[in-house]
Order: sequence, then structure tokens, then C-alpha cells
Amino acid sequence: MSGLIGKKVGMTSIYDANGKNIPCTVIEAGPCVVTQIRSKEKEGYDAIQLAFEDKKEKYTTKAELGHFKKAGITPKKVVAEFTRFEPDHQKVFGDILKVDIFVEGEYIDVVGTSKGKGFQGVVKRHHFHGVGEKTHGQHDRLRAPGSVGASSWPSRVWPGLRMAGRMGGNRVKVLNLQILKIILEKNLVLVKGAIPGPNGAYVIIERWK
Amino acid sequence: MNRAEIIKFVEDTVIEKKDYPRFKAGDTITVHYKIKEGTKERIQNFTGVVLQRSGKGINSTFTVRKISGNVGVERIFPLSSPFIDQIDVNKHGVVRRARIFYMRELRGKKARIKEERV
Repeated sequence: MSGLIGKKVGMTSIYDANGKNIPCTVIEAGPCVVTQIRSKEKEGYDAIQLAFEDKKEKYTTKAELGHFKKAGITPKKVVAEFTRFEPDHQKVFGDILKVDIFVEGEYIDVVGTSKGKGFQGVVKRHHFHGVGEKTHGQHDRLRAPGSVGASSWPSRVWPGLRMAGRMGGNRVKVLNLQILKIILEKNLVLVKGAIPGPNGAYVIIERWK
Repeated sequence: MNRAEIIKFVEDTVIEKKDYPRFKAGDTITVHYKIKEGTKERIQNFTGVVLQRSGKGINSTFTVRKISGNVGVERIFPLSSPFIDQIDVNKHGVVRRARIFYMRELRGKKARIKEERV
């Protein structure tokens, strides 16, 4: 898996060769710095660690500061690990990676944190249909979950039963998004479709192949 | 560069800028629209009154209304659509609002719009 760390900028749309309007998301990806190389001998697996976006030194802990100093760079906000970079992309300590590792037209995955929805009922959260009807003498139960189980046996509610609760704010990965355009000088990637999270959220772009 | 500036930059680089004449709600315009039939391409004209312009940037659209055989026909065109070949402004109308939906209720002589004198 190769890839970059980025930031969701927002959505817009472009027209393809046939004149079709295609919704797309703009991601500001990289430049990322290689801050650590993990090897089979030392850590037990091969991976490289990338860091993205500067932060102030006063917001950095001493431990983090030492880690970034080793790579000879200023402190960064986000750090993520990527395994198996292709041989010709094999990177060394302190290298800077830009959006040119991607190719226009190829398919990538995007990982982000979805927008938090707060405490939601079962209709919104699990796509329940609610109970019954609005009329015919029925009231109060339009969006209710219904029965949560049988009676004397098991005399309890089965674990994992879908109920109301906190929704959103989860790590979500969207698979197979096409890269429509790459603007190298501004570090931008245009990806077909939507990606999780609000504008300004950090996302990880992964390429498997 | 903040987020809005980046989006604007992307839209400017992705879309080729076309020079259409200025028009607003109340104007009578002709839209030359490219239509593909199989492999052939021809141009269809749609003439009518602009009811509104909406949206901004790449996603801005405008609505054109015409009366075709006593039936009102409205079409919404994306301004940046590659199918629009040309836009001609036939008349500049004088209206007081930016969205003239009241035109939908008016027929015949009442549906006239005063022309702007230049």
C-alpha cells in the first residue's frame, strides 16, 4: 500500500470528454515527509511512516520533537504508516513525497473520519422502518424500534442488537475512487465522488494495486 | 490559500472560460444548444425569458421559459455546460426582482416585460 496523507478541501464538479457533469472532491495531498523506516529485522514488518502539515513547536511534546528532529524536519500534525511502497518508489529517511506518485485515471481508496451525527434513533442509524402507521388509532410509535426480543426465554436482550445511540464519527474507508485530475504545483488531487468527513478533515489516500 | 480559493482555482483550471454576454432575469435570450443524435451533432435554439440565475462558480445555472403552443416550457441550463455553443441576448427587460417566478401565472398581454432603453 502506497499513498499520502491529505486534507479534504471540498466538493465541486467537472465535465468529462462526453460533456457529462461529474461530482468530485478536492483533496490537498502532501507534501509528506518520510519520518521513519520500519524494517522486518527491527520492528517485524516493512513500512514507512509519513508526516503531513506543520505545527508549532510549542504544541509539540518533547518525545514527538525528538522523533521529528531525527528526520531533520519541523514538527508535523499528522503521522501515518504505509506498507509496501513499490520498488521504484522505495523511499529513504527524510524524503519528500508529492502527488506525482499517483497517476490520473487510476483507482484509490480514501480513509477518513465520518461526520458525527450525535445520538440518533434506529430509523436514521440502522435504516429501520419504524413501527406501523401514523393513523388508525396508533400514535407515539412512528419511529420506534419495535420488539427487542422474546419473553421468558432468553429473559434478556441479545448482545449486539441494533438500537439507538451515537452515530457517525467513525473511521470510514471508501473504496475504488477514480483520480480525475492531479494539479502538482498546488498539491491537489481531484477524486470522483464523495469522501467521508467535513471539509478541512485529514484523510489518508491509499493505493493498493 | 483558504478552501474557497482552492476550489475556485480548481474550477478555473478545469473549465475553459467562455465569453457569454451579460444577462439577468427578465432578459429574452437565445441559447444555442448542441444536441448529439447518434454520431451527428446539430444545434438547437431555445428562445425565452430568463426567470432566474442561480448558484455560483462551476455549478451556476439559469432558467429559461418560453410558451410553446400555449404550453409553458422551462429549461434549466448549467452555465458552464460544454453543450452550450452560444448565448444571444435579444432583449434586456426591466424587472424589479432577481427571480421572476410570477411570470408563470401570467398569460398573453400581461406576460409582457418592459424593454430597457439603451
